[in-house]
Amino acid sequence: MSAQRRVVVTGLGATTPIGGDASSTWAALLAGNSGARTLTEDWANTIPVNFAARVAVEPSEVMERVELRKLDRSETFALIASREAWKDAGSPEVDNERLGVVIASGIGGVTTLLDQYDVLKEKGARSVSPYTVPMLMPNGPAAHVGLEFKARAGVHTPVSACASGAEAIGYAFEMIRNNRADVIISGGVEAAIHALPMAGFAAMKALSTRSDAPERASRPYDLDRDGFVLGEGGGVLILEEYEHAKARGAKIYCEIAGQGLTSDGFHIAAPDPDGSGVQRAIKFALADAGISTKDVVHLNAHATSTPAGDVAEANALRLALGTDADHVAVSATKSMTGHLLGGAGAIESVFLVKAIQDRMAPPTINIENLDPAVTVDVVRDKPRALPSGDIAALNDSFGFGGHNVVLVFKSVN
Amino acid sequence: MALTQADVLAGLKEIVEEVAGIPAASIELDKNFSDDLEVDSLSMVEVVVASEERFGVKIPDDQVTELKTVGDAVNFIVKASA
Repeated sequence: MSAQRRVVVTGLGATTPIGGDASSTWAALLAGNSGARTLTEDWANTIPVNFAARVAVEPSEVMERVELRKLDRSETFALIASREAWKDAGSPEVDNERLGVVIASGIGGVTTLLDQYDVLKEKGARSVSPYTVPMLMPNGPAAHVGLEFKARAGVHTPVSACASGAEAIGYAFEMIRNNRADVIISGGVEAAIHALPMAGFAAMKALSTRSDAPERASRPYDLDRDGFVLGEGGGVLILEEYEHAKARGAKIYCEIAGQGLTSDGFHIAAPDPDGSGVQRAIKFALADAGISTKDVVHLNAHATSTPAGDVAEANALRLALGTDADHVAVSATKSMTGHLLGGAGAIESVFLVKAIQDRMAPPTINIENLDPAVTVDVVRDKPRALPSGDIAALNDSFGFGGHNVVLVFKSVN
Repeated sequence: MALTQADVLAGLKEIVEEVAGIPAASIELDKNFSDDLEVDSLSMVEVVVASEERFGVKIPDDQVTELKTVGDAVNFIVKASA
């Protein structure tokens, strides 16, 4: 058997609550900016939480009106981030039958579903948009990107709640490794800032209620954290087979070297307090990448700012990494972006790629009193330099349902 | 009162521009919706529903496939409004 096919990252794109593209988002992240704001919609005051993290740049500022009216908001995020990532990768010449798309969403076109239901009730069936179904289907973002770039190796949409974005990148990684494709446009998006999903999350007591200070509300690892802040947007990475990238002289950011996937079998929403599923995912990911805990210098945590989740994850990290956890700079970037659900693992993968490129771990903001139960090395307030030489970094992403995904990113010299 | 052909064409141009992004100036009576204007079947549904609202007429589903050109649609709507 020939040597294993390697997978590298050659392009990045993002539209997030703190920036309209990957580089402005990264700059805002290093500066410690929060994207959370009080919502101005009328419905915002009818639910227990009136703030969220909307994208910094509205899709209408960068897309044509006629295109927008046939797209769910989540689909616009996928197209915006994919166009940027494709251009960043140098608009590669690729055999369409070797080009794939894997773009996830946690909830899909929920605003379309709800808005069109309002149309149905108010104006009747004949007024329902003929684009309703293509707009609300969760695979819509991936499908639209697949159409635009004429991808014919396969278009896929893993759905695993807040682990979806990371799972999509892992799926794309496997597609290239297994020789189904040479280039994949992969990532995750979410557009669920609407009264119903917010009321649902609020009913679970999952959202922060710190309405008087939205920018201070997402505070992973802080003793007074009280839930997550809902965000929207998406991130996209161009994954490419290493020899393919080298042959065309592409800029190579880093390698995706492995992934670990497990499930808790514990509870529909609560994290398993002993974190064994997370520990196993980390072990599998490191083994898959052929590296040890000693090689890991940085980790972008799932850390959503919920009381139970942050500590369960930190405990699992400490157990899985052992004393090597002492040299792992842990960043909880949801403190700035809010929680993008199915987009989270994707934008956080973009951040890991930038962290490896710039050798800089982004900060975790809003920690006033570090929870003493958190025994990992959290990067607080200011970015922290990462070592030179060969390094590896991890992305943790978990989802309601007990889904655990860990991705391994490695520098390429 | 029946609508005139000019009224309907003007209104239809606005609808097609709104739905499909085609400049009103390029929308003429002899243009074919799908071949010339690239209005696909889903967008055509939107054009029909918007026309019904605007002109106060009914365009039955079995008639829609007969409306191949802008002129076909204008004539149908003018007749239906009479």
